[in-house]
Amino acid sequence: MFFVNEIKKSLLISCWFIFLTFPIMVIRINPYEEIVDYRWNNLILVGVGSFILSLVGRAVQRRREKIGQNDTDQTAGSTFRIATKMYVPLVALSVLVICCFPFVFSTYQTNIMTTALIYVVLGLGLNIVVGLAGLLDLGYVAFYAVGAYSYALLNYHFGLGFWTVLPIGAGLGALFGILLGFPVLRLRGDYLAIVTLGFGEIIRLILENWNDFSFGPSGIANIPRPSFFGMEMSLQAATIYIYFLMVGLAVFTVFVVNRLQHSRIGRAWIALREDEIACQAMGIDKTKTKLTAFALGATWAGMMGVVFAAKTTFINPASFTFLESAIILSIVVLGGMGSILGVIIAAFILILLPEYLRAFSDYRMLLFGATMVMMMVFRPQGLVAPRRRCYQFRKTDDPAAGIK
Amino acid sequence: MKPILTVDKLSMDFGGLRALDRLDLEINTGEIVALIGPNGAGKSTFFNCITGIYLPTGGDVYLTPPHGRKKIINGLKPNQVTKKGMARTFQNIRLFTEMTVLENIMIGRHCRTKASILGAVFKGPGTIREEKEIVEDSYRILVKIGLADSVNMKATNLPYGAQRRLEIGRALATEPFLLLLDEPAAGMNPMETKELDDLIISLRDEGMAILLIEHDMKLVMSLSSRIYVMDYGKKIAQGTPVEIRNNPKVIKAYLGTEN
Ligand SMILES: Nc1ncnc2c1ncn2[C@@H]1O[C@H](COP(=O)(O)OP(=O)(O)OP(=O)(O)O)[C@@H](O)[C@H]1O
Ligand SMILES: [Mg+2]
Repeated sequence: MFFVNEIKKSLLISCWFIFLTFPIMVIRINPYEEIVDYRWNNLILVGVGSFILSLVGRAVQRRREKIGQNDTDQTAGSTFRIATKMYVPLVALSVLVICCFPFVFSTYQTNIMTTALIYVVLGLGLNIVVGLAGLLDLGYVAFYAVGAYSYALLNYHFGLGFWTVLPIGAGLGALFGILLGFPVLRLRGDYLAIVTLGFGEIIRLILENWNDFSFGPSGIANIPRPSFFGMEMSLQAATIYIYFLMVGLAVFTVFVVNRLQHSRIGRAWIALREDEIACQAMGIDKTKTKLTAFALGATWAGMMGVVFAAKTTFINPASFTFLESAIILSIVVLGGMGSILGVIIAAFILILLPEYLRAFSDYRMLLFGATMVMMMVFRPQGLVAPRRRCYQFRKTDDPAAGIK
Repeated sequence: MKPILTVDKLSMDFGGLRALDRLDLEINTGEIVALIGPNGAGKSTFFNCITGIYLPTGGDVYLTPPHGRKKIINGLKPNQVTKKGMARTFQNIRLFTEMTVLENIMIGRHCRTKASILGAVFKGPGTIREEKEIVEDSYRILVKIGLADSVNMKATNLPYGAQRRLEIGRALATEPFLLLLDEPAAGMNPMETKELDDLIISLRDEGMAILLIEHDMKLVMSLSSRIYVMDYGKKIAQGTPVEIRNNPKVIKAYLGTEN
């Protein structure tokens, strides 16, 4: 009886899937011969596929629930732990791969990798705001745009170089973060999401329509690549140079974010996320804590904006749409809110997979959506659940002894 | 004895509802005072008003630190009130559930420490020392409240009574001279209540003043030196436990016909 029920449910789901994907999977309009193709094979494929997937999915979920009930593991976030023995070779291997990558693969591949690294840093920056402080920010791309335009414009008007503008872009990002932070101090959850989304769109619309300032939709071209002690470089050398620059910035970001999240400020952010009222009652200044989260999150976006402008040498408002914010947010959610390793892995998955699966580019958004839904169902805590620091004390009454 | 908390004609209106009506209250150094009253009398609202979570619609609240001058504190934000030395717990437990037990206490140390963003990134000797002190102080508090064995456990996974004690510990970490407890024994079994009883007495012996909201009459009568009784936002009686027990008004409003 139980089994029949499950089959019925799955049948219903596969019918829905067939219905929903009919227009894209089955119907194809052939504009040359002006006929409509019906690809019935695809219909069967979708039907059977979704049927099996839903059956398997629910079986897995039931098992997980059973496990969850007698889950005795009570230490904080112990779901993911790399054994220390594996740790050193793993790090050594990734260092080797990272160093050799641009010399082994083509310029094209190196460029893609640089983009992925940019998204790693963007993800880690947004992770401060969304993952640690729990402030749902849907307008993060605005700070990215601020950074990119600050380099493009400062260079165009005043001829400032990349290395000068990098800190300026970061600073402007932080400034805009605070600017956004002030009006939304009282907002939470959905309301905050809507206002930040609006903020992101406002920045984009300004860039699009204020022609005198930002050159409108046509954008700014001929932005110089980063200089290396004033030397001229070939395109290939410049690509490799930016790649290593991004590796350095990503390592720097991981270092800073890691220190922040285990610091006094980082704990305050998490407390704010967990319970705003209790957090205030425990003596934490809500205003200051929220603003630092917004500012520090936006700093990274501003910095990455500068790198992005230098890398592509051309920017226009179309690079800073809401979709961009959504992708960065997906990186944070997929990776695990507040987990550095998770965000890094997720950034690579979400940026590299679409690049290497060009063949499926028509279904990119479909796959994207499906992945996110699957994640929410099966692993809502993200790929790598964040882990809080554990402390060891010796069993004496003297707490000064044996602190790790 | 000099009062450390003075509440003067405190009123709070929620739309048409008068939850607090010109309430006066005083607490002296090192005493345990209980605030009792039937459900909906306005006790929790009183806590929220004096700790800055609600802005009272009338009246004044003054705080006098042991070595300081009397200062008005209404209108201050909750974190400022806590910094002045008055900490609290909540009726419905409000722990930071995803953080560890130790980290919950460490949050309490926030307002007594001052590492900045730059300090956190560069980790100079000052920051390292401060961080070490935070950990040590927090562990000491865990030992005191009997949770030293659950240092790294997630706060949600603690048993109920331990969660209540952790909330008290978190408040203690802010170094208060006046502690406000909102129904600390609610939902506890007799053994947990006994442990709580001991903890409160040991805190008083250290010189801390405690204002206690509680429905457990046995606990109230045995612990407190003075009791305030309120009903419908008004103070209807005040006095020693013996006086309160025999006050006909209190019996009518609160203890019902049982006594
Ligand atoms: N934020 C609020 N908005 C509107 N009314 C409120 C609010 N908070 C409390 N009240 C009302 O104020 C009155 C007093 O509530 P309060 O929670 O202070 O009672 P209490 O004495 O703590 O009761 P209990 O013993 O059940 O905890 C109640 O009638 C309640 O409905
Ligand atoms: Mg109450």
